[in-house]
Amino acid sequence: MGAWLSEALVRRGVSRRDFMAFCTGVAAFFALPEAAAEQMATALQTAKKPALVWLEFQDCAGNTESLLRATHPTVAEVILDAVSLDYHETIMAAAGKRAEDALTKSMADHAGAYLVVIEGSIPVGADGAYCTIGGRSAQQIAQEACKGAAAVIAAGTCASFGGLPAAAPNPTSALSVADAVPGIKNLVNMPACPVNVENLTALLVYYLTFQRLPPLDAERRPLFAYGKSIHDNCERRAHFDAGQYVEAWGDEGHRTGYCLYKMGCKGPVTHQNCPVVRWNEGTNWPIGCGHPCVGCAEPNFWDSMTPFYRHLSGIPGFGVGSDVDKVGLGAVGLVGAAFAGHGLVKLAGRAAERRAEKHAHPPEAEPKAENKEKAK
Amino acid sequence: MTHVVVDPVTRIEGHLRLEAEVDAGTVKDAWSSSTMFRGIELILKGRDPRDAWVFTQRICGVCTTVHAIASIRAVENAIGARPPPNARLLRNIIMASQMVQDHVVHFYHLHALDWVDVVSALSADPAKTSALAQSISTWPTSSTTYFAGVRDRVKAFVDRGQLGPFANAYWGHPAYKLPPEANLMAVAHYLEALDWQRDFIRVHAILGGKNPHLQGFLVGGVATPVDPDKQASLNVGTIAQLKELVAKAKDFVTRVYIPDVLAVASFYKDWASIGGGLGSYLVYGEYPDDDGAHPNLFLPGGVIWDKNLAKVEDFDPNKITEYVTHSWYEYGGGDGKGLHPSVGETLPNYTGPKPPYDRLDTSAKYSWLKSPRYADRPVEVGPLARMLVAYGRGHPRVKELVGVVLGKLGVGPEALFSTLGRIAARAIETQVLAEKLDSWVDALADNMKRGDVRTHDNDRWDPSTWPKDAVGAGFHEAPRGALGHWVHIRDGAIANYQCIVPSTWNAGPRDAGGKRGAYEAALLGTPVADPEQPLEILRTVHSFDPCMACGVHVLDASHREIVKVRTP
Repeated sequence: MGAWLSEALVRRGVSRRDFMAFCTGVAAFFALPEAAAEQMATALQTAKKPALVWLEFQDCAGNTESLLRATHPTVAEVILDAVSLDYHETIMAAAGKRAEDALTKSMADHAGAYLVVIEGSIPVGADGAYCTIGGRSAQQIAQEACKGAAAVIAAGTCASFGGLPAAAPNPTSALSVADAVPGIKNLVNMPACPVNVENLTALLVYYLTFQRLPPLDAERRPLFAYGKSIHDNCERRAHFDAGQYVEAWGDEGHRTGYCLYKMGCKGPVTHQNCPVVRWNEGTNWPIGCGHPCVGCAEPNFWDSMTPFYRHLSGIPGFGVGSDVDKVGLGAVGLVGAAFAGHGLVKLAGRAAERRAEKHAHPPEAEPKAENKEKAK
Repeated sequence: MTHVVVDPVTRIEGHLRLEAEVDAGTVKDAWSSSTMFRGIELILKGRDPRDAWVFTQRICGVCTTVHAIASIRAVENAIGARPPPNARLLRNIIMASQMVQDHVVHFYHLHALDWVDVVSALSADPAKTSALAQSISTWPTSSTTYFAGVRDRVKAFVDRGQLGPFANAYWGHPAYKLPPEANLMAVAHYLEALDWQRDFIRVHAILGGKNPHLQGFLVGGVATPVDPDKQASLNVGTIAQLKELVAKAKDFVTRVYIPDVLAVASFYKDWASIGGGLGSYLVYGEYPDDDGAHPNLFLPGGVIWDKNLAKVEDFDPNKITEYVTHSWYEYGGGDGKGLHPSVGETLPNYTGPKPPYDRLDTSAKYSWLKSPRYADRPVEVGPLARMLVAYGRGHPRVKELVGVVLGKLGVGPEALFSTLGRIAARAIETQVLAEKLDSWVDALADNMKRGDVRTHDNDRWDPSTWPKDAVGAGFHEAPRGALGHWVHIRDGAIANYQCIVPSTWNAGPRDAGGKRGAYEAALLGTPVADPEQPLEILRTVHSFDPCMACGVHVLDASHREIVKVRTP
C-alpha cells in the first residue's frame, strides 16, 4: 500500500524529482522549513487513502467548479486521487438511493477518520424543507456526517459564514456550518466566492501530512491563506500610496492599472491571498482584470461590503491630489488598521465583529492528543 | 406498477428529485421536483441595481456567467445604458467560451457515465482501442501505449478497492451497449477533458479575473480595460493569448468531442426515438453582431410548435406566464391563473411533507420550481431548441452540421426530437461557437487598431442620471436555454426582481391545466429495464443538462411574509 502514490506518480508520468518539487512548493506555500517537504512526501506516499465526502446544500456548485480547476495538473490530480472521494453529487456516477448508500457506507467504514467538505449554507426555516436530499433536510444530513468526521472543511463563504442565502433578510434562515451544527471539533472555514482551489488543496495536503489543521484565526480560517489583507499584497498598492486612482471606468488611470479604491475596492478590509496565489493557474485575479475586490472572503460581505461600488468610507478630503498620508490615516482610522498586517480579523467590518462575539471558536493551537500520536 | 424515486439525481448542478410510475418496463408517468430554495430575489430588494449581477451570478457556479449577463442587460435596459462595441465583443467571447466549456464538461463529466461503462473499459484491448480512436480522429494521444496506460491506471484504481466517485453505479447494466474499446476511449477522454476545461477556461480569467464567478462585468460595459499599449489592459499580448486558447478549444471540440459524440451515438440509435417530449421549443436568441437597439443575432430567436420546423414564429416576451398550481407558492388572486413575470408574485407556501420523507404528494404542490408557459403552453428550451430554430431559420453553418451529423448516423431529421437529439444538438452548437469565437477576438483587435479603447458607457453610471422609475428586461441564451431577468428600479434601488431560467422551463412541474413540464413529458415512454437501476431515466433527464440552483424560482421581492409550513 505504501508505494501506491509512487506507482501512481510513475504511471502519470511524474518523476520523483517532480513530486519533490511539488512538495517543496507546498512547504514554501506554508512557509515551512525545507525538511518539511521530505516529511510531506513521505506522508503522502504512505498515507492510506482517506475517505472524503463532499456535501452540497444551499449552493451554486461554484466551489465544486473551483475544485475542477485544480492546478499543477499531473500532481494535483494525484493529490485528489490520494483521497477517496466517496460522495460528491455533482461528480459521482451513482444516483438516488445508491448514492445515499455510498455516503452511509463511507461514514460507517471510516467512522472517526473520514473528511467532510461542505459547500453551501444550511437552511433551518420551514423545518428544513428549503433544502432536502433524498427526503432528508440539509441539517439532518450535516449533523450525521459531521458527527463521525475527523475534520470538516467549510468550502466557500456560504458554508463558512452563511453567504448569499443568509444575506438580509435571510429568507430561508440559512446558517453557516458552524451555526447549523454546533460543536464540530476540527472545523476549518475556507471562505471566498468560490474558495480558491489552491488553498483547498494546500489545506488537504497539510492535513494529510501532519494529521492536524494548520493555525487558524478567530474565524477558523487558516492563516496561510487568510492571514493578510488583499491590500497588503496588492500589485496596485504603489498607486494607492502615490494617490493614483481610477476615476472612471476605462479612463487613462484604469487602463494604466491605477488603484481601484475610489471605485469601491474592498481589498483593505478583505483577508485572502488572492494577489499572491491568483486564480486559474495563476492567470489573473479580480483586481488584475480591472474590477474592485468585493470582499467575498469576509463574513457577511453581501451586507457589509455593499454597495460594491461605493468606496470604503467617506474620508474627508479624499480624492486625487489630497494628502496621501491623510488618506492613509483616514483609511486606517475608519476601516480598521487595514495596513497593519495581522490581527485585523475583527476589524473587517461591524458585522464580522458581531459574529465573532456571538460565535467565538478559538482556534486549536495544539493538535489533539490522538493526532499528536499519529503525527509521530 | 412500480413507483420509482431518484433522489438525489446526481451529475447535475443542484438538487433534483424524480418520481416515476413504471409499468411493464416503461415510464407511464413522471414528476420532477426541485428540493432547494434560497430566495435571492428577495435579498435583492432595496439594493443598488449595479450590484445585482454579483448577486444573481451566484445563482449558479456552473454556468457562472449567465445570470450576470442577464442581470446587466435588464438593468441597462431599464436605465438606458449603451455598452460600447468592445464590451459587446468581450461579452460575446465570455458567453461563447462559457457555452463551449460547459457543453464539453456536460458531455464527459455529467452525461457520459450514463452511456459509458467504466468497468467494461478494463477488459479493452489497447491496440484495438488505438485502432478505433485513429479511425475516427487524428487526435494525437491515440497510441496503444497511451490507452494501455489509461487502462492500467483505471485498473490500479479499481484494484485498490476504493472506487470513490465510481462506486455503486449501474456498471454492467444491460442498457450499456458500447464495446470495451469504445468505453476505454471515452474514459481516456473523460480524463483529458478534465485538463482541457481547466486550461480553456483561462479565457475567463483573462477577461474576468477568475472562474468560477468572474468579476469583470459592469452595468454599462465591462471592467476590463482595453489598450494595446498598456500592460494593465487587454493588449496585443492578450489577443495572442486568447487566440491560442480559442484555437486549442476548437481543436479539442473538432477532433475529440464531436468524433466521440458520433461514435457513442452510433451504438445508441434507439435513443433517437426516445425522450422527445413536448416537441415545442422556445429560443430568445444570442450573440449580437452589431450595436443597434435591435441587433442581428448570430443564433436567432424563435418559437417552434409541434416539431414544425417549416414555421418558426417570432419570440414575443409578452406571451410568458408562470403558474404555481403545483409549486410551493401561492398567488393572491388564486393558484389557477398564470402571471406575467413583470407582475409576478411569489409567496412561498410549503405544503409538502416534513423532512425526512419518503414520498411527495404529486397530486398537490410538489416542487420549488414554478411552471413557466409560453402562449399558455409548455415548451422546451436549450441547445436542441436553439439548433432547431437556427435550422428552421436557415443558419448556414447549423444546417450544414445538422446534415453532417444526421448523415453520419444514418438517421432522418425526426431523430432530432429525442434524447439523442439533445446530445447531438449540444455538440453541433459547441462546434459552431468554437469556430465563431476567433472572429470576435479578431474584431476586438481591429477596434484596438482603430484606436477604439472604449469599454464602458460612463454616462449612465451615476444613479442621478436614471429615471426615477424604470423597468427593464434582460434576455440571454445560457448553455441550458432561454434565460430572462426582469427588474423594476425605483429611486435608484431595486423595487422588484424576477428571473425565469432555463431549468424552470424544462424541469418545472405541471401547470393549472395538468400539462406536464419538459422533463416530465420527455420521460413518458422511456424504457426502464430494471426499476431498481433506473439508468434510462437518468439518460433522458441528463440530456437536458439540469441546473437546479438556476431553476429554482427565487423569491419575488414584493412579498416578505413568513413561510407557512404545513406538516402531515
